[in-house]
Amino acid sequence: MKIDKNTINKIARLSRIKLDDKESEDYIKDLNHILDWVEQLNEVDTEKVEPLSNISSSILPKREDISNDANSSDEILKNAPDKLEGFFAVPKVVE
Amino acid sequence: MLEKSLKKTIENLQNNKISIRELNQEYIDKIKTKSELNIFIHFDEQKILDQVSELENDNSNKKLKGIPLAIKDLFCTKKMPTTAASKILENFNPTYESFVTQKLLDDGAIFVGKTNLDEFAMGSATDTSYFGNTINPLSKESEPLAPGGSSGGSAAAVAADLCLGATGTDTGGSIRQPASFCGVVGIKPTYGLCSRWGIAAFASSLDQAGVFTHNVEDAAILLESTAGFDKRDSTSANIKIPNYYDNLTDDLSGKTIGIPKEYSIDGTPEEVSKIWEDAIKVLEKKGAKIKNISLPHTKYALPTYYIIAPAEASSNLARYDGVKYGYRSDEISSLDEMYENTRGQGFGKEVKRRILIGTYVLSAGYYDAYYLKAQRVRKLIANDFNEAFKECDLIVTPTAPSAAFPLNQEQDDPIKMYLNDVFTVPASLAGLPGISIPFGKDKNDLPLGIQILGKHFDEQQVLNGALLLERSYE
Repeated sequence: MKIDKNTINKIARLSRIKLDDKESEDYIKDLNHILDWVEQLNEVDTEKVEPLSNISSSILPKREDISNDANSSDEILKNAPDKLEGFFAVPKVVE
Repeated sequence: MLEKSLKKTIENLQNNKISIRELNQEYIDKIKTKSELNIFIHFDEQKILDQVSELENDNSNKKLKGIPLAIKDLFCTKKMPTTAASKILENFNPTYESFVTQKLLDDGAIFVGKTNLDEFAMGSATDTSYFGNTINPLSKESEPLAPGGSSGGSAAAVAADLCLGATGTDTGGSIRQPASFCGVVGIKPTYGLCSRWGIAAFASSLDQAGVFTHNVEDAAILLESTAGFDKRDSTSANIKIPNYYDNLTDDLSGKTIGIPKEYSIDGTPEEVSKIWEDAIKVLEKKGAKIKNISLPHTKYALPTYYIIAPAEASSNLARYDGVKYGYRSDEISSLDEMYENTRGQGFGKEVKRRILIGTYVLSAGYYDAYYLKAQRVRKLIANDFNEAFKECDLIVTPTAPSAAFPLNQEQDDPIKMYLNDVFTVPASLAGLPGISIPFGKDKNDLPLGIQILGKHFDEQQVLNGALLLERSYE
């Protein structure tokens, strides 16, 4: 079994997702099942194959390093769950 | 005076046979009578009437002036909220308009609402939405059917004739499969043809916007309106967009149609094989050459996709952290607890599953074995198509392995749902354009779709092939 309780806890932590015990159990089962299934890729000889990360044939263009902000912070902050004096507000990080 | 045709409606508006207000009022009334299908996440009559008033005072001659369209709720829209069908984006009001929707607005289209989808476009039945299932309008009362997914709401909106066209996005089949299930036309263009700017990202190397329509001519018109270069999407293609509609022809004589043997899969229902054979016969009769081809790595496309797409999703969805917009949990005694509870409560089951898989295949020690391996197989799949297209102009296959299936099927095996995309995923990995058009019915009188794939940026021939099949079927 590739994914056990410890592994799922580690991935959940890396993903910053809180799982309850029931969810953890379900995902251990699902992920093992899916990983077993995708392992059929090991049948394919890819030794001399370059990885394809993006199909786009266009050469990625560079742009000038200039500011083009059109949005105002007031407008953006309207969507914030919590804000304070023109900033996003989060729980205290340092004591 | 209502026509199930965008093209004819444009003519009727131009000839004053109907006014923009009358037209849109008719659609508003229709949408209200179909609310039980749960097609729209956002529908606000007043907002439609406001758009009508604005256009009534606009004397310019815009291509889609007054045409009612539905927008998948994955596209950011300035005047309507955008949720991606997720609790984590509840109450999110974008401060900007997506490239594709801005193009449609520039052409004078009216947005009747934002359509339901699988949460963050992850699903094949529109059953992972935080806002509930969408019901396929072709369902019989006794048995509600799934509209397919992830763009199920948009496909259903066109099928129920609640708009004259709709936008969708397709990452592994999310336009083509619901088009097939709902009996409408759905086109996913070449990767890079329509800018991804302003579309909530799922898997950035695969995501592509496209359209649903009642027929192929309308698809050509809408595609032309949504395509184009955008410097804000670094993978946007800087090419001249052809005049798809004016160049449409159903003459495929002399063209070669590839039929990939690997798409004959054990367990495919006879009806699906039958419509595939019928389509091939029609094409041959109309003068196209039929050629048997091989795409040898086809069977590895789904497992490849289910490594790459979750990997990209786990990265893309890191931005939903409860700080900048959307949902934030109440249980937030520390910053980490805020992140973990917000994401634990804000994402649904399938989205969490994919983030977890993606995080695993990208994590130290597994990256090479899973993620890099999948990218190498992806290269082989793309090569298969490159080789095949040396011998043919188009590839014709079924769109999906079945007609629409019943909703609420108890699904304890996620892979079973993933198999819906068996015919659509390979072309997504290769970034190729594909269309699904209704072509035949199953024994329950439900539509089945044929998929036509083309070379990169050869949407014109894809549309031409679809037009020929559409005219031959009618």
